[in-house]
Amino acid sequence: MLKVNQLQTYIEQFHILQGVEFEVPEGQVTVILGRNGAGKTTTMRSIMGLTPAKSGEILFQGKNIMALPPYVTAKKGIGYVPEDQDIFGTLTVEENMRVAMRKEDKATLERQEWILSLFPDLKAAWKRKGGNLSGGQKQMLSIGRALVNETPLLLIDEPSKGLAPIMVKKVMEALQIIKNDTTVLLVEQNFMMASRIGDYFYILDEGRTVYQGEMEQLRKDEELRKKYLGIS
Amino acid sequence: MELHLTLIFNGIATGMLIFLLAAGLSLIFGLMSVLNFAHGALFMFGAYAGTYVYILLGGWAGGWSIFYFGLGLLAAAVIGIILGFIVERTTIRQVYGDHLRQILVTTGVMLVVMELVRVFWGSNVIQVGRPQVLDGRTEMMNVLFGHYRLFIIAFGVIVLVGMLIMLKKSKIGLVVRAGVENKEMVQALGINVRRVFTFVFIFGTTLACIGGFLWGPYQGQINPNMGMDLMLIAFIVVAIGGMGSVGGSAVAAILVGLSEAYMAYFFPPGALAVNMLIMAVVLLVKPTGLLGATR
Repeated sequence: MLKVNQLQTYIEQFHILQGVEFEVPEGQVTVILGRNGAGKTTTMRSIMGLTPAKSGEILFQGKNIMALPPYVTAKKGIGYVPEDQDIFGTLTVEENMRVAMRKEDKATLERQEWILSLFPDLKAAWKRKGGNLSGGQKQMLSIGRALVNETPLLLIDEPSKGLAPIMVKKVMEALQIIKNDTTVLLVEQNFMMASRIGDYFYILDEGRTVYQGEMEQLRKDEELRKKYLGIS
Repeated sequence: MELHLTLIFNGIATGMLIFLLAAGLSLIFGLMSVLNFAHGALFMFGAYAGTYVYILLGGWAGGWSIFYFGLGLLAAAVIGIILGFIVERTTIRQVYGDHLRQILVTTGVMLVVMELVRVFWGSNVIQVGRPQVLDGRTEMMNVLFGHYRLFIIAFGVIVLVGMLIMLKKSKIGLVVRAGVENKEMVQALGINVRRVFTFVFIFGTTLACIGGFLWGPYQGQINPNMGMDLMLIAFIVVAIGGMGSVGGSAVAAILVGLSEAYMAYFFPPGALAVNMLIMAVVLLVKPTGLLGATR
């Protein structure tokens, strides 16, 4: 569904991505792992066009989307859940969802109902302002907002970051359901979460893809985890 | 008591006109991060264009008619739409995200617009009368309420309520509010934020041009420097109210209008200093302004 070849991205004079490569097959959860500063978030932002790549190739459903502005990329069916959720704090939960809706037709409203069944906490906070939500509710809203339109591919950047364990569990349960009909590219530092949801993984280090394999392999290989992720 | 009622009434009327100038400036800065130094000149151009239609047709008809006043208002709005579109497309669009160039470019636009006005209408003050039906006064509680001032207050309230409903209920309003907070995320949701920028710039310019036209009969005259004189006040209002907040602009404009009315009566040379002081106190207590969003 998504193929990234030799992605090179600069932020000002810093060469952040120096040849990232990976593939996201349809119907799977592909996880990008790596230490802090490895280039995971920049990879997500480059795919969305928020931090445009200088060279390389980003193929989505066979078409190159690299030079496209972010709104066109999103319209092609890529949902994005940023690292800091980026909820609109002065808008209510309802308004946050409405801003994201490209159409307000029956299908979209049905998707919204499905999202609310997935995240009952959002339904309870429907009229509350985004800025007054808990970290977990913000994460749920950010995921819900990204899914409210037809979204063949969902990019999620560190959904467990800063959340209480109970919220991590809720988000993880929701992602288990979401992955049944949406292809997911997940960046995650929480290995427990990544290993439970993910099917395949790539490890980034200093802006390059340095390792890849089945998630099962990483679960079993303590040496590999120690070497690339610093965890055992 | 009568004195205070009169000053409050005058202050609210002045505040409503300042609101028409400042609301657009606030939205343009809040959403687009554009420091538009040409806003005052566009306000002045709207005043001249609308007044030209009002005086020209009124002159033919032989009086200050409300009908020609309405046509002048319409002309100011149309000029606002055209000017807003041209300025955004030809200049502002090239300098998004670059404040230094924005200052240079919008100052250039300001100078060009001011010179255009001088070329077309000359440098002299042009006297503007109020439409006859709005020229009278009504006495209540020993206070004289000018009809034109009442009209300005009613007009300002209608614009304010209309804007608040638009921002609260319509999709474009929601997008504008979201964009004021986080433009990047709005784009990542599939919305062409540049198109929203164009809409907001045209809307802000149109409001300024309408405000400029209404300012003429309020002051009894228009001149090529009127935009410059009010720009500083408008920036103060935007800072007090909070960038991108229409409600904040309205509250701040009334506050500044009241301070102008009181200072004009008690100590005219101190008017600007008091407004600066209000701004300084508000920013010290709440740096995002009275109703500005915390980013």
